[in-house]
Amino acid sequence: MTSFTKPLIRRKNEPTNELGLVRSDYDGAMSTLCAGCGHDGVTASMARAFFELSIEPHRAVKVSGIGCSSKTTAYFLRESHGINTVHGRMPSVATGAIAANHELAYIGVSGDGDSLSIGLGQFVHAMRRNVNMLYMLENNGVYGLTKGQFSAAADMGSTAKKGAVNELPAIDPVALALSLGATFVARGFSGDREQLVPLIKAGLKHKGFGLIDVISPCVSFNDHKGSTKSYEHTYKYYNPAIHADYVPPTAQIKADYNAGDIMPIELHDGGQITLRKLENGYDPRDRAAAVNKLFESSQSDEIITGLLYINEDQKDMHEMARMEDRPLNAIPYEELNPGAAKLKEIQKGFR
Amino acid sequence: MSAKTDNLRVNDFTIKVGNVNGTGSASANALLMKIIFRMGVPVVGKNIFPSNIQGLPTWYEIRVTEKGYRGRSGDVDLMVAMNPESYKRDLEELSPGGILLYDDTWPRPHFLTRTDITVIGVPLARMCNAAFKVARSRILMKNVAYVGAVAALLDLDLDIIHTLLREMFAAKPKLVDLNLQAIALGYDYAKQNFGNVSKLKVEARDLTSDKVMMDGNTTAGLGCVYGGATFGAWYPITPSTSLMDAFVKYCKDLRVNPETGKHKYCITQAEDELAAAGMIIGAAWNGARCFTPTSGPGISLMSEFIGFAYYAEVPMVLFDIQRTGPSTGMPTRTQQCDIQLCAYASHGDTKHILLFPSDPSECFDMAVNALDLAERFQTPVFVLSDIDIGMNDWMIDELTWDDNYLPDRGKVLSSEDLKDMDKFYRYLDTDGDHIPYRTLPGEDPKGAYFTRGSGHNKYGGYTEDGAEYKEVVDRLVSKWASAADKVPAPVISTASKPAQGKVKFAIISIGSCDGAVVEARDKLETEGVYLNYMRVRGFPFSAEVKDFIDAHDQIFVIEQNRDAQLYGLLLGEIDVPREKLIPVLHYSGEPLDYKFVHNALSKELKTRRQVA
Repeated sequence: MTSFTKPLIRRKNEPTNELGLVRSDYDGAMSTLCAGCGHDGVTASMARAFFELSIEPHRAVKVSGIGCSSKTTAYFLRESHGINTVHGRMPSVATGAIAANHELAYIGVSGDGDSLSIGLGQFVHAMRRNVNMLYMLENNGVYGLTKGQFSAAADMGSTAKKGAVNELPAIDPVALALSLGATFVARGFSGDREQLVPLIKAGLKHKGFGLIDVISPCVSFNDHKGSTKSYEHTYKYYNPAIHADYVPPTAQIKADYNAGDIMPIELHDGGQITLRKLENGYDPRDRAAAVNKLFESSQSDEIITGLLYINEDQKDMHEMARMEDRPLNAIPYEELNPGAAKLKEIQKGFR
Repeated sequence: MSAKTDNLRVNDFTIKVGNVNGTGSASANALLMKIIFRMGVPVVGKNIFPSNIQGLPTWYEIRVTEKGYRGRSGDVDLMVAMNPESYKRDLEELSPGGILLYDDTWPRPHFLTRTDITVIGVPLARMCNAAFKVARSRILMKNVAYVGAVAALLDLDLDIIHTLLREMFAAKPKLVDLNLQAIALGYDYAKQNFGNVSKLKVEARDLTSDKVMMDGNTTAGLGCVYGGATFGAWYPITPSTSLMDAFVKYCKDLRVNPETGKHKYCITQAEDELAAAGMIIGAAWNGARCFTPTSGPGISLMSEFIGFAYYAEVPMVLFDIQRTGPSTGMPTRTQQCDIQLCAYASHGDTKHILLFPSDPSECFDMAVNALDLAERFQTPVFVLSDIDIGMNDWMIDELTWDDNYLPDRGKVLSSEDLKDMDKFYRYLDTDGDHIPYRTLPGEDPKGAYFTRGSGHNKYGGYTEDGAEYKEVVDRLVSKWASAADKVPAPVISTASKPAQGKVKFAIISIGSCDGAVVEARDKLETEGVYLNYMRVRGFPFSAEVKDFIDAHDQIFVIEQNRDAQLYGLLLGEIDVPREKLIPVLHYSGEPLDYKFVHNALSKELKTRRQVA
């Protein structure tokens, strides 16, 4: 079968965003994933986040690798360019694209197989470069498209559908990101859009590499008893610890939070991320504290979610490369051509 | 001993220096070659060096050739043996009648075993140890001192040496004196003790005034600047690294806003070649001109992405500075061993556009060609240079630039173009030229499309339908074939007289073989053998390639690899009888010399004429 076109249904009095667009303007093709797949929830959250941020769809770029999660870039933002690259290599394509034009909003969609096994190298190096993108890692602990092998994110002791027990330690993308100095590190759950949509908005507005590790259960191959990435297990141990809201530059901060448990973080675009549900004394700008918190919670089997770490002070790739503000792809050739006279002059050094 | 003037060999001989790498020998040899070049006499330099930083044997050949030949002679007339490790081999390699210059601080009586050569001992180490205090200077200056000794033997122009040293060390005047002192040590000793021994002489001419000495990686990097590349990604690999070094240097010189310090370029050192390939695909997809330099192992790693760019139709420019394979092989030795790898790189049915430069001048031009062709055809384009072209300084005509040049950015639709269109489909062949239109992200909502390496139909939609799939891949091969007359045309050189005898013999060759082939062919003409010669410069092969083959009976295909890759490509891609083509293969890793070609062709011609 080929692909399905999603029917466009307009409702009366649908809410519009600042651009006058409705939520369904941010949809894409019909998903071909299994019914109940966590990824579809993430897709809907991403579409909503772009809608709520009033980003013009064609000013967004979707990049992905290979796997169930990577397919989803076709299922939202139909008026955006998307590029579904090769397995585990999305970060490099994103890096090149962002080098060419840093003015667009880049969202990468990947999975635990794509990012933590075949693509581990590119994943970590994109973080080191602080490439200005939001990287969604839809994490289900399993290879779905090849029918149920463990991924590198499978927890020790977690069982496969046919009973095999995973004896290898899991790679935790959040721990990895914290150790590499990624500048926006969060975990979410496909089943909690209340928390996930604001996180995505904050990640898109963060300048630099943002990672959201989204627990996104695979209903076909990893939703059984004994799996630590099932819906049941996730709900049981779920702890939505730190909630982040993006507040655009012009908006007033709402006053319905109790003073004291809100932490505002200034962003480069003049907006803010406000954090709530913060535990006493936790500061997500403190990397050591974030690492500590993560390891403590994992020891008690708790799945801690929310924005665990943010650093707005780190230079992103564009700044580190000292590129001018104008995108490389917009510099006219006249400004790039040194000319014949210059060539003659250069060659004096080769005589 | 005194040389009779009628025995002199003026401006036609080869010097070879055997040394230890990491001792500053490269700059001493570059100086020696430049002196001769500045005297107006054409030179050829070949660096034969180890994959190592310090301590292993390294050689440098300087051919002095008034006739301006560009390959190696295959002889050594003056051997400067500075490395005890390679004395034995160096002694054996010297041609009869040649001169061996060595450091006789430690006398080597076994050099006297050859009676057909002249041995010159110069106490380089002893003199330098006496003259210089710092240990490192003693090692470095020993090399400069042999340049002085050779200068005395060959009658090199001392004024030019002084000028060159002053230019080289303009920023460090103290070094000028140090070097001049070392030159004088060698020069004076050799003049006093061996003043009339050498029959090899350099006489000033005026044959190099419009020439420059450049290596192909520098010119290719410069070509990328002139072609308007703004992005480059790479992973360091010998022998391609200096290409990116050159791009970096010229970007820093020419593309930094002096007021803001901001760059009009971005260069990313990737974590591996896979990432380098992905980065240039991303940048090109997003509308920046870009490239990656690499070598064979890098192409192997990039292969999956190359197939992606081919199928998804993303421009991609790759420089493969070929080195001796397989595997790690001999990374500092030359070969033309990636021709077939690049022609069909990646799994599935893939065919690519290849350009074959023969010297640094063509590296400059073809860098620009490659950037244009990749965007015109929306596909990977390979420039197949090699270590000989890329890392050796070649004497070439001064590079020129046409100020009217405008890049061919290919078929990219702007927002304005899209306005008049009903609907945009990415892979539709609307013009009948097999090339679809593309759009850039961020330009216009109407231009949005989904780029994928998975099966897609001409509208850009996902497909697993056989007919829809075939429609796209059939167009892709037509698109590739249509590049045949857009790649640089073959260079065909007709013999000065028509071929003698019944069988019409000819030569086909490629890339850096050219110098040796041209010279071997000249030599054969003096022996009454007249051969037409075609050098291919692009793939897919143009009609002229087939015409040339059709017009001859027996054609020698000369190339630098074991498996006759160009020969195989010709047979596979052109409808010609297999028995017409005769592979002539050189793959020792050293640059081709004309004697090899001459001997191989003479032998083949003899047997084949007897048969014919």
